[in-house]
Amino acid sequence: MFSWFGKVSFVPFSKVQDFAVHLKDGRLMGSRCKSCGYQTFPPRADCPECLSGDFEFVEYTGQGKVFTFSTISAAPTGFEDLVPYTVVVVELHEGGRLLGWLGESISAEEVSIGMDVQTVPRIDESTEDIKVFYTIERAGTTWGKAPPPHLG
Amino acid sequence: MSRVGVIGIGHGKFGRRSDATVQELAFEAFREALHDAQIPKSEIDATVIGAVPEYHKQRSVAGVIQEYLGLTPTPTWLTEVACASGSAAIRTAWMGIRSGMHKVVAVIGCQKMTELSTPEILALMGRVGEVQWESVFGTTFPAYYAMFANAHMHRYGTTRDQLLQVAVKNHFYGARNPNALFQKPITLEKARASEPVASPFCVYDCCANADGAACVILADESRARSIGGDRVVWLDGVGCATASMSVLKRPDLTGLPSAEQAARQAYQMAEVSARDIKVAEVHDCFTIAEIMAYEDLGFCEKGQGGRYIEARKPYPDGGGVAVNVDGGLKAKGHPIGATGVSMACEIVKQLRGEAGTRQIQGADVGLTHNVGGIGQYCFVHVFRRN
Repeated sequence: MFSWFGKVSFVPFSKVQDFAVHLKDGRLMGSRCKSCGYQTFPPRADCPECLSGDFEFVEYTGQGKVFTFSTISAAPTGFEDLVPYTVVVVELHEGGRLLGWLGESISAEEVSIGMDVQTVPRIDESTEDIKVFYTIERAGTTWGKAPPPHLG
Repeated sequence: MSRVGVIGIGHGKFGRRSDATVQELAFEAFREALHDAQIPKSEIDATVIGAVPEYHKQRSVAGVIQEYLGLTPTPTWLTEVACASGSAAIRTAWMGIRSGMHKVVAVIGCQKMTELSTPEILALMGRVGEVQWESVFGTTFPAYYAMFANAHMHRYGTTRDQLLQVAVKNHFYGARNPNALFQKPITLEKARASEPVASPFCVYDCCANADGAACVILADESRARSIGGDRVVWLDGVGCATASMSVLKRPDLTGLPSAEQAARQAYQMAEVSARDIKVAEVHDCFTIAEIMAYEDLGFCEKGQGGRYIEARKPYPDGGGVAVNVDGGLKAKGHPIGATGVSMACEIVKQLRGEAGTRQIQGADVGLTHNVGGIGQYCFVHVFRRN
């Protein structure tokens, strides 16, 4: 299911592929090593500290600060229809970083390093395929989540 | 420990070489290096090729080149570390000689980049980053370095004009290099007016893809002395380090930790410091990359790279280290596998005093700084005349 993640998927399979399912449900997940507790984002199955392969997903708030950014005018294959688009690296409050698109609540002129932001899970409504991603929005932005899987 | 010397250099024309295959490009550089060293090809006992395979239709290019050069059955192999593949080839040749396994090794960096169609280039460009978490958002190579530029500008007050002054300088030097892709000076106004690529970069912040090849012939100390006499330039310091591929894992985006470490290793091995360097070829794939190189290599204090170029320190007689005196990647073009070897050719030429109109006076110690990706790999090599 990892092929759900991103506009163009290069990696259809991964040990952390349920990340994409959680994202579709509105949840941003990092990982925690069940053996030593090492927590990180993006999630990874194999612990770089204790080498254990036993991990669990842990939900992140998505809150963070802009670490850096760039507005892209010359796009690679599959992204031509989006130009110009802004990619932002966010330093997450819970640790780790992510790279995502600047959302509509912040303009490309306005974004700046150190700015407080909110990462928001998104589903691409323009295609029948399942495509999930996240955007970087103004701090305080809210969104809906599916019920937790065990209740659904 | 015995030294490793450069006894021959050869360099073809960089640019859109629609007249030649990759092995034909390699041949040009190899022939010139043999002539320069004044040795027959039978002296060569191994060949190392630096190239990045995904740009070539021909698979496993090292063997094809070895055949075309008429060097079979002597050994050859390919080194690949993205844009630093040429320097990795030099490093493995150096290791082969220092181990005693080989006496005289030809190192050829080569790349034919313009055989790919624009759609193929654009698809390849979409996979330069970490493909699981980053490329899915359409990141590009310029955008990665642009994110370093924004971080550097934010922390140190580096300006747009300072970035573009790097491009102006490299075109100034490129105008003196007949092998360069672009041989015309540019103005700051022209650079500022170019099309946006990835903010803050416009076209003139970026180097250009090119085809090309370069060759250096390395030899052990006794062969170098007997063949090269007093024209030998010694490769006395080799440094190499890595850093994470993903920008999500870098502690800081205002410098390349791999470059700092590689420089430290190379300086220590060659028993020199940054103050001893008179001329340097650094990896200016984007303008910010050269500014970070000034800092990572210790030519100026951290954060002062923008002021270093603004004060014209890297120009001839600028009072600093003369940097990218052959035009750098920016003006010379960047055939990625060839670049590291091309850098070494220029430093050897400078230290021999054979660089003609672009000769830096008193150049006795020089270095190359060759980066793969956004600093996943960095190789720093220190060369000395004596």
